[in-house]
Amino acid sequence: MAAPRVAIVGAGPAGAFAAERLLRRRGDAEIDLFERLPTAWGLLRGGVAPDHQEIKRLDDTFDRETLGRGCRFFGNVEVGVDISHSELMRHYSAVIYATGAQTDKSLGIPGEDLPGSWAATEFVAWYNGHPDYRGLEFDLSARRAVVIGNGNVAADVTRMLTLGPDELERTDVADHALAALRESRIEEVVVLGRRGPAQAAFTSAELRELGHLDGVELRVNPEEVELDSLSRRWLDEEGTFTARKNVELLHEFAKAEPAPGARRRIVLRFLRSPVQILGSEGVESIEIRRNELVRADDGKLRPRPVDEALETIECGLVLRSVGYRAVPLPEVPFDEDSFVLPNDRGRVRGPDGQPLPGVYAVGWIKRGPTGILGTNKRDAGETVACLAEDLASDALPPPPNPGRDQIDALLAERKPDLVTAEHWRAIDAQEVSRGRDQRRPRVKLASREELLAAAGVHAGS
Amino acid sequence: MTYVITGSCIKDDSCVEVCPVDCIHPMPEAPDFETAEQLYIDPAVCIDCDACVEACPVDAIFADHEVPEKHAYTLEVNEEFFAEKGTAERTAERAAA
Repeated sequence: MAAPRVAIVGAGPAGAFAAERLLRRRGDAEIDLFERLPTAWGLLRGGVAPDHQEIKRLDDTFDRETLGRGCRFFGNVEVGVDISHSELMRHYSAVIYATGAQTDKSLGIPGEDLPGSWAATEFVAWYNGHPDYRGLEFDLSARRAVVIGNGNVAADVTRMLTLGPDELERTDVADHALAALRESRIEEVVVLGRRGPAQAAFTSAELRELGHLDGVELRVNPEEVELDSLSRRWLDEEGTFTARKNVELLHEFAKAEPAPGARRRIVLRFLRSPVQILGSEGVESIEIRRNELVRADDGKLRPRPVDEALETIECGLVLRSVGYRAVPLPEVPFDEDSFVLPNDRGRVRGPDGQPLPGVYAVGWIKRGPTGILGTNKRDAGETVACLAEDLASDALPPPPNPGRDQIDALLAERKPDLVTAEHWRAIDAQEVSRGRDQRRPRVKLASREELLAAAGVHAGS
Repeated sequence: MTYVITGSCIKDDSCVEVCPVDCIHPMPEAPDFETAEQLYIDPAVCIDCDACVEACPVDAIFADHEVPEKHAYTLEVNEEFFAEKGTAERTAERAAA
């Protein structure tokens, strides 16, 4: 039997775990990992906050378990632009989409598009050195920033806005961001949660971290973390361990004495929703309203606006962090309601509801933007089990152009600036070596030109 | 002594796969698995074999007397987690594993 040839589209955590799981299950599989960027590991590099370096160590495992075991890397190649879905299907027995969720959800409020109002994910991509975001200019000259959302991205951007230069200098934050953050005049970051303390989506580890930053005061208004009767009952009856820890921590924080000597301040607000962002040339303030919680028909506790005067918070920067959203891919079915590829345990379904032979999904494009890094490993296990089953039952006919040399020839013609595993490792080595001189984990190359130069690849197309 | 998992846990189950005594909770089949923000080592069952430390891809696991200062609180959180999860529940999870 010929070795199965598999293309994985997207070299983020979901794609990497899919390659790893597939190699464990089918050691004979020949895997090519397609990636839009010249760099590997997606949000591990471009999402995980620079001050969480320990988590970024997962890149060693990804390298060892995928590229180190014969999986090929095709970086700087965008599927849907440089090579189409149908072309992939002619070269591979199976294609696994691991493209994630690339845009942010919008709030749908007036003023959202004013200069100075950003998706938190844009700020994240900028400070993590994503080459497409390096040109963004964040105005950090105002005294106050407002972060909308209560999840882990909200916690990350709040930390990045409040860490001191000495702490940032020990991380791999992009140099352009380091320079801008050094000059930041932001003194206070207000974080808005539309629901109460029991519903905050922070992990308790991240919430605790916000309360223990050097030189940063965390302020919580005791009245806002007082639980209403619905939340108290929910916490007792169905609350998670994390929700109980969060409430406990917030009550602790609310009791803290003011810290007048603090360098910066974080203010966590609860049961507050943005109504509109105001300003003439750019963001000047944000109007917020108070919510109360009600039990909806589906049993969930949801916020309902309280009819009272709005509150105005002056600020010069707004970061919106209310979730990610996937975008459709050319030639592949897309579920417009849930923003995923319609699928059954990872087998992508066609318009007739039947599985499309040879097309699979993994990660956020499969299940939506939920879970943490490791969630993708189990998710990949499920998709790979379906793929292995289909291979074993001969449900996947060999592709018309099954030879490695055939895809190589096509890519050589289309992408003279293709970034291979060897090239990516050269980029990685150069960044780490630049970091060594400055006692940093790495100094990122943050433009395509620099990345390709370090790879020894000449920008072609 | 025992080992303890700190807040950098990414829940990729590498430790669960290698633990010879199935003492890492919540187990993937347990009802609280999906919502757990990290995994926890049951000190009453852990045999200090070190396998999880070797397996963890993000070095999140430490011997209890070697937990770095900034993660010191995890010892207490770990204790609270198992205080909430009764012995019966833990035994059932292990039996099902």
